[in-house]
Amino acid sequence: MKKLRFSRSQLCIPYAAFLILFVIAPLFVIVYYAFTNGQGQFTFNNFLNFFTSTNTLGTLLYSFTLAAVTTLVCLAIAYPTAYILARSGLKKKYVLLMLFVLPMWINFTLRITALKEILSLIEGNISAYPFLNSVIGMTYDFLPFMILPLYTSLLKLDNSLLEAAADLGANKFTVFLRVTLPLSVPGIISGMTMVLLPSMTNYVVLDMLYNSTYIMGSLIGSYFSAYDWNNGSLISLVLLVIILIVTLVTNRFSDKDASARGAVL
Amino acid sequence: MKKFLSVFVSVLFACALPLTLAGCSESAETVVLRVCSWEEYIDLGGWNDDELIEIDNPFDEEAGGVIGINSMVDDFTEWFNSTHDFNVKVEYSTFGTNEDLYNRLSLGDVYDIVCPSDYMLMKLIAENNYVEYTDGFWDTDVEENYYAKFVTPYIDGAEGEGIFNRPEYDWHMKAACYMWGTLGLVYNPEKLNDVSDVATWKMLMNDDYLKQVTIKDNVRDSYFAALGILNSENFLSKQLGSEELSNFMNATDDETIAQAEDILKAIKEVVYSFETDSGKADMVTGKVIANEQWSGDAVYIMDEAEGDEENSTELWYSVPEECTNIWFDGWIKLKNGVDWTDERHQAAEAFVNFLSRPDNAVRNMYYIGYSSAIAGDLVFDYMDYNYGAEEDAEQTFEYDLSYFFGEGYAIEADASNFDFDENGEVNRGRQLFAQYPPKNVINRSVVMLDFGDRLAQINQMWINVRCLDLKDISPVVIGVACALIGVITIAALLYSFRYKLFIKYKPKKGYEKADK
Repeated sequence: MKKLRFSRSQLCIPYAAFLILFVIAPLFVIVYYAFTNGQGQFTFNNFLNFFTSTNTLGTLLYSFTLAAVTTLVCLAIAYPTAYILARSGLKKKYVLLMLFVLPMWINFTLRITALKEILSLIEGNISAYPFLNSVIGMTYDFLPFMILPLYTSLLKLDNSLLEAAADLGANKFTVFLRVTLPLSVPGIISGMTMVLLPSMTNYVVLDMLYNSTYIMGSLIGSYFSAYDWNNGSLISLVLLVIILIVTLVTNRFSDKDASARGAVL
Repeated sequence: MKKFLSVFVSVLFACALPLTLAGCSESAETVVLRVCSWEEYIDLGGWNDDELIEIDNPFDEEAGGVIGINSMVDDFTEWFNSTHDFNVKVEYSTFGTNEDLYNRLSLGDVYDIVCPSDYMLMKLIAENNYVEYTDGFWDTDVEENYYAKFVTPYIDGAEGEGIFNRPEYDWHMKAACYMWGTLGLVYNPEKLNDVSDVATWKMLMNDDYLKQVTIKDNVRDSYFAALGILNSENFLSKQLGSEELSNFMNATDDETIAQAEDILKAIKEVVYSFETDSGKADMVTGKVIANEQWSGDAVYIMDEAEGDEENSTELWYSVPEECTNIWFDGWIKLKNGVDWTDERHQAAEAFVNFLSRPDNAVRNMYYIGYSSAIAGDLVFDYMDYNYGAEEDAEQTFEYDLSYFFGEGYAIEADASNFDFDENGEVNRGRQLFAQYPPKNVINRSVVMLDFGDRLAQINQMWINVRCLDLKDISPVVIGVACALIGVITIAALLYSFRYKLFIKYKPKKGYEKADK
């Protein structure tokens, strides 16, 4: 009997098919809708609408500010956590790491609902602090995405480098500032991308925590519910371009296997 | 493009088809009926024995009342297959909003019969995407034509009288009404300064209740409330005919839209939130004290809040005295993509008729809280069973429902469940009032039409309300933000050029040789 044999490239076929059907083809649909009007004629009007309206630009700014603040808060919480987990001699650190990843096993809406009750308990009327609540909700949601890349990049840090720095007379703070921090930049970058981009569009958190101001995701939804596929697609396209730019910029900082680190998740 | 999409979708389906075919081997005589309706809008069964509604049920003598043991869809399939010479299989799917349904239809999803709201019925009819009910559907001599026999004349009655049969709507034969209701405010009377506050739509922008009231998160209900506020003085000062009311409340000219925008912006600052579904829970748990709500959900909220003996809150439902939106959800048979054979017609119409059988209407009403379009003694008995005055009631009141159930039908209800004004009319009440509004409320109700080609303008207005406008950011904030960014940039630049600018000594690259 002839043996079944696949070459490497043949093994890629399922993924390539998936990619073409569910990534490439929808992309073309988005581009098509973004540059046509309701009658299917080619137009730049959607594009002009977006960049001349103070509302859409304001939404872009609001989403970006929200996402940036979320990312910084995540980083501020995640870095010390990942540092302690990776560098200290804690025995059961896998259990600890698991504790941080564990919330991801629970349904997301359930978690946010619970968070809503907790916040109501603390703040009283939670609708008084929409921005703060959104940041808290997003941080709660995306924190593991920040911790894991940082953890892996700190874990593989070569101890001999730290010892060498200490030998040459650097105190603990200088060692951290001059050796540990620069070497963990790829982790920081991949963590930041993984938090920044989803938090620009995750409007479910805002809905559930009573923030009535739209972000990019809800704006797309509102166009779609008025059967306006064209403007909605254009906004998706703008988001895609932003993601592309962010990825290009961050690629300059990350090392070769930084992207592979995302696979931990 | 639509063509490309539908080809794309059909290729997908073609790939999936052999799989599904392999899964089921049915006789050719089975009609697959594709039904699409609102989420949680039909009895799913599974009632406890103590939920049995003890009323005389001539349609199912064995049950000893009305009770939902199996889901309505299963019951329909069983009933249909045992009484007809071919079988039916129901594929029941749900949608979350009318727009969601419409988008799915335009992407090529095919359903035989769907249950959208009035304005979406109008849109589908205007686009000619419907098939009329057959004449047989209206033959009241046929035992199983429950819809024709029991639908209230108020909704689908004789020409010119029933709302569906008025020339301006003309939905008769094109759609069969399922549920109906009004739009109003659920409120907690104990938390109000004065109950007259909820007598007007202005409650939604009342500063006295800052961040304590919620409003629906959709364009239509918000726009309606805004127009109610806009026309408040006009409507309250004089009695307008229903046609005039309708004109005012369906105005979509630029000026009205701009005024509504200002009102909604003010509302946004005052309300607790725009909510899609969370308002029910927030009302029950007491996070908010009033909530713009559809009548059926209002009934659900009031029932929930009553809860158990120890922990019950008495919530009420108010229909603002300016006017209210009366709405209808109806079953319409779609034309696009459907091959309408006689069997399919028969199955679809039997489905509507089965839901319209009064005991089934009661089951659905009990399960979802909304009011069915079906009249009939059984439904009346159910209302009486629920809301008829107890024997120890101090004062009772004849709640007149003749417009819906016919001459002479009135429920002897507990008067403490109604709020009477000086003329003895009721504008606020509890469950019975929400399920069947009295005639004076009906008189000030308006059917909200489809926005048609004004939708884009109104959606733009909605976006203006909901989005952060760059123009609204105070110059101070912009100044501070720009200054911050500037300082950070300059600091970063200075730092990266620090050797060129400030520090003369620069360490050499590489190692110096030790024996030099």
